[in-house]
Amino acid sequence: MATPVSMKVNGKTTSASVEPRTLLVQYLREHLGLTGTHIGCDTSQCGACVVHVDGVSVKSCTMLAVQAEGATITTIEGLANDETLHPMQAAFREHHGLQCGFCTPGMVMSAVDLVRHNPKPSDPEIREWLEGNICRCTGYHNIVKAVKAGAEAMGGSASHG
Amino acid sequence: MGDVPSIGSPVRRKEDMRFLTGQGTYTDDINRPGQLYAYVLRSPHAHAAIGSIDSAAAKAAPGVTAVFTGHDMVADGVGGLPCGWQIHSKDGSPMVEPPHMPLVTDTVRHVGDPVAVIIADTREQAEDAAELIEIDYRVLPAVVATTDALTSGKPKVWDTGNLCYDWEIGDRAAVDAAFAKAAHVTKLDLVNNRLVANPMEPRAAIGDYDRGTGDYTLYTTSQNPHVIRLLMGAYVLHLPEHKLRVVAPDVGGGFGSKIYHYAEEAIVTWASAKVKRPVKWTADRSEAFLSDAQGRDHVSHAELALDADGKFLALRVETTANLGAYLSTFAPAIPTILYATLLAGTYTTPAIHCAVKAVFTHTIPVDAYRGAGRPEATYLLERIVDMAAAETGIDPGELRRRNFIPRDAYPYQTPVALNYDSGDYFATLSMAQEAADYAGFPARQAAARAKGKLRGIGMATYIEACGIAPSAVAGALGARAGLYETAEVRVHPTGSVTVFTGTHSHGQGHETTFAQVVADGLGIPIEQIEVVHGDTDKIPFGMGTYGSRSLAVGGSAVVKAIDKVVAKGRKIAAHLLEAAEADIEFRDGKFQVAGTDRSKSFAEIALAAYVPHNYPIETLEPGLDETAFYDPKNFTYPSGCHIAEVEIDPDTGVTKIVKFTAADDFGRIINPMIVEGQVHGGVAQGIGQALMESCVYDPVSGQLLTGSYMDYCMPRADDLPSFDVATNTTLCTHNPLGVKGCGEAGAIGAPPAVMNAVINALKPYGITHIDMPATPQKLWRLIADHTPFPVAAE
Repeated sequence: MATPVSMKVNGKTTSASVEPRTLLVQYLREHLGLTGTHIGCDTSQCGACVVHVDGVSVKSCTMLAVQAEGATITTIEGLANDETLHPMQAAFREHHGLQCGFCTPGMVMSAVDLVRHNPKPSDPEIREWLEGNICRCTGYHNIVKAVKAGAEAMGGSASHG
Repeated sequence: MGDVPSIGSPVRRKEDMRFLTGQGTYTDDINRPGQLYAYVLRSPHAHAAIGSIDSAAAKAAPGVTAVFTGHDMVADGVGGLPCGWQIHSKDGSPMVEPPHMPLVTDTVRHVGDPVAVIIADTREQAEDAAELIEIDYRVLPAVVATTDALTSGKPKVWDTGNLCYDWEIGDRAAVDAAFAKAAHVTKLDLVNNRLVANPMEPRAAIGDYDRGTGDYTLYTTSQNPHVIRLLMGAYVLHLPEHKLRVVAPDVGGGFGSKIYHYAEEAIVTWASAKVKRPVKWTADRSEAFLSDAQGRDHVSHAELALDADGKFLALRVETTANLGAYLSTFAPAIPTILYATLLAGTYTTPAIHCAVKAVFTHTIPVDAYRGAGRPEATYLLERIVDMAAAETGIDPGELRRRNFIPRDAYPYQTPVALNYDSGDYFATLSMAQEAADYAGFPARQAAARAKGKLRGIGMATYIEACGIAPSAVAGALGARAGLYETAEVRVHPTGSVTVFTGTHSHGQGHETTFAQVVADGLGIPIEQIEVVHGDTDKIPFGMGTYGSRSLAVGGSAVVKAIDKVVAKGRKIAAHLLEAAEADIEFRDGKFQVAGTDRSKSFAEIALAAYVPHNYPIETLEPGLDETAFYDPKNFTYPSGCHIAEVEIDPDTGVTKIVKFTAADDFGRIINPMIVEGQVHGGVAQGIGQALMESCVYDPVSGQLLTGSYMDYCMPRADDLPSFDVATNTTLCTHNPLGVKGCGEAGAIGAPPAVMNAVINALKPYGITHIDMPATPQKLWRLIADHTPFPVAAE
């Protein structure tokens, strides 16, 4: 039994007919081909699938696609335009906050939401916020540096992301 | 080409743009036209005989195309997964090498053993249909714990018993003689806990058979696609190399666990030809826990003999290594060649003997995990050295210094086969002690005690054998393959360059580091260089990435290919400049007649090679495209010293890492930013092993109890500190870049440094050893069970 679902993703209206059990992350990856959002676990622990739903970071494996009916979604593909990186993306590159890149989209989306809540996060605040995003490569050292720098670069610019 | 050489600069990574914008292409991101989905049905039991498998209902389920069992593969002539390394027991007999079929036929031997594959239009349909398969399992008793495997009366994994091999290295008589005259002997029993590598990208594979051409393509999450092509093509599916392409696209971390040839790769490739459609399999994390090769799992007894001055006289080690139910690709080499040969460490210990019994149990196979044998050796050695320091009252740093291999002793032959080419352990120890403010520790400890906290400091020095490996040496030690590396440097007509490397980057940044090597070698901007890896149709050959080998072996192959390009360029330049070849100098991207201002740029030479209008065509082929194979002359020997400072809350047992300092010697550093990142990541995994991570099975049923991120404790951002890392360089003497490798160091140095610190902190309780992981629960219980005695701050 398929259920119609429709939502705005990265500024575009999308719709599909999905099985009711379809997760938001499956809708993004399999129906829309937005494979930047990754699946790293099956217990909502790793955070590789974090996207923004109506402006708030959400693990897209914890949400059914039908629950996002009518919502506005931003994925890593829609965080910046084609020409430039979002300041948080640029900070991750500058501070080597990524290695294999698999956790990176979720990490960046989570970090952007942190800065919206807390424009000047301290190192412990960054580490605590990112507790739900697992990275196996970096040891988090450079991720913390990147988020701090990204927050500074985002400072005063509420329009980002 | 800028004025500043690229080598040594923290060049920002070329690969980051695609990863940061969601444009990376991981295996699960790939979809082939007409693709079906595979679900692998796995054993719920650790040990059971299969009576019958009834898949009729599953075959009739919605969307299902096919259900295959091991019998279908056997009937098709499919072979077992081969082991790439053969170890011989001390009596000369070859190791026991049981069959390892991609799908089992009669007996399951660990929870997660693959039994059937269901292929359907969607993954959900395949998974739903799997529930309709009826398997008549007769559950049998299992042997699970490493120490139980050789106990009489325990269940047998194989008819031959549970011993894979009984191996030894070193001079037992010399060791016994040294112990007889020792002034002090330190004894230690210790466990190296089993770990799960857990790269963030779960494994995935797509088999794609082309009916029109008979060609097979396998997309897979692999660290070494050529090795997969060789093993799967030659041994399992019997497909010749020219009809089999293996692509390892962007891979989301490996840490060793993606080296091996896995059953699912063979299953989807074979099944694709059976159903004449592409077949995709993607593990979820629970499946990864049940099917990725795991790491470590040693139980050891060690004895260190010292003279009255604290000089090490001899080391005696007995280790039982758990290999799981089957032999994974590299498994036999890890607790032998990559473990016992490292037991000299940084020390002059003249006599060493190590006996290793490798055993089968009804658990998931064990193979290399970041460091692979070397962390196990270093943990044992650095724990017993620290224990000897505590027993003799000699400062741990001083005891190490007394036994370090002197700076002028290289090349240094150890009693356990290795020949170290270079190093300076005194320098890295001093650097680390200074950066850690080792001298200031007593004051910090006293301040912590005043707050009711237990503060400890611990150090570990280490040596690795990396740059794996000289092929002839590896072959003599049991490797069934060569371990050289391959590179092709293809210069295009307008002077840009594509580099094809047989190594594979899954986070290490080869696309940047290798481009830096080429930029300096050819004098061209890094933007004009593309590094390609991970596709057997593009790259001549390759042995892949593991054992911190990529730069030392793969980078050396790139240098060799560059040398060939420059040599040919000189011939072309000599013709164009009407000079003798011997007078042509190549510098800063220009071929110049020595002592004149007459020159041709690299791009002009490239153009002449492809548009050979004015060209020495009688003596020189057109084109500028060179391939090189590089076989290393020796292993490389990175080394260093790590220091951890911890604070334990006796009320909760929680250990906080207050400061972590690493001083490493990796030889020449091409990109310091990337090297620091590698150290950070390795240290985090090492701290994970020391304090948090452990793979736990139910000792009776063999059920994996830590089978998800809810149960297996992965280090998170708020579990770790920032790290203080530095390097001291002694150059590798035998490869052209002078590089040693940096990928595994953190995972090697950190566990003993952290555990030495934890045990140092618990000194007031009389605790002299704890096995990893030092979880809050374990420490809280220990503290509760021991009465502290007053100790003055050190």
